[in-house]
Amino acid sequence: MSEFLYMGGYAAFVWPSYALTLVIVVLNVIWARRSLARARADARRRLLRGGATP
Amino acid sequence: MAWTWFHRLASPPHVYALASRLTPWFAWAAAALIVAGLYGGLVLAPPDYQQGDDFRIIYVHAPSAWMSLMVYVTMAVAAAVGLIWRMKVAHAAAASCAAIGASFTIAALATGSLWGRKMWGTYWEWDPRLVSELILLFLFLGYMALRSAIDDLQRADRASALLAVVGVVNVPIIHYSVLWWNSLHQAPSVMKLGKPEMPAAMLVPLLIMLAAFTLLFVYLLLVRLRGEILRRERTASWIREALADE
Repeated sequence: MSEFLYMGGYAAFVWPSYALTLVIVVLNVIWARRSLARARADARRRLLRGGATP
Repeated sequence: MAWTWFHRLASPPHVYALASRLTPWFAWAAAALIVAGLYGGLVLAPPDYQQGDDFRIIYVHAPSAWMSLMVYVTMAVAAAVGLIWRMKVAHAAAASCAAIGASFTIAALATGSLWGRKMWGTYWEWDPRLVSELILLFLFLGYMALRSAIDDLQRADRASALLAVVGVVNVPIIHYSVLWWNSLHQAPSVMKLGKPEMPAAMLVPLLIMLAAFTLLFVYLLLVRLRGEILRRERTASWIREALADE
């Protein structure tokens, strides 16, 4: 296990690369879901306020 | 007849419902492939005979770089369709791409920098491949800045679409930079004609990660697209039904 983590001496470069990419993947999922949730909440509010059907 | 699919893609309620139905499939497929690709890349693939275990950075670097280009081309094509056919859904799709593309361009640059430290002896070099990828980041950021600077959604759509379409000239420059100029960066070893220059144990996890990031992009795009459609369809009655269903 410790040999795996050691990455043949390149641990300081391999693991930050993987960590950073993983963080960006997770952030993207959170941002996308949050953006949709906000648009939904706004749309609901508009419907309640105006009953805005054409 | 042959064009009905195109017309249906122009219909916001149709695309919204389609995106809702497709998102879970893409999410789970992408997650499963990422787990498989990471296991293959970190555990099953043998160390490189020259680079040792440092080469494993390829399994996050190449998919991120591939993602940055794929997202930009998608954004530019959607923007062009929006400009030419005045299609609201296409503008919504283009607007959904920018933040995804910018973040994965940062991932590509940063992981490339970490890889370059030991292999090239430097975190950064003013090299054609690196500079053209940095310009891609500025194109994404410029696109986002331009959109947020214009309050009127339709004008923001058109102005940013123009920027996206013009900026597409950078994409072939990035791809061919390693062949046209003397670059520190290696030439393509997968996306080329003929056989890839990698043994299967190294190549298969890479192909899995490339597929995983492609599916991840579709998932992220579909989720954001639904939000963008809701923002553009201010008073449509279908929104009431769509939101009641959820």
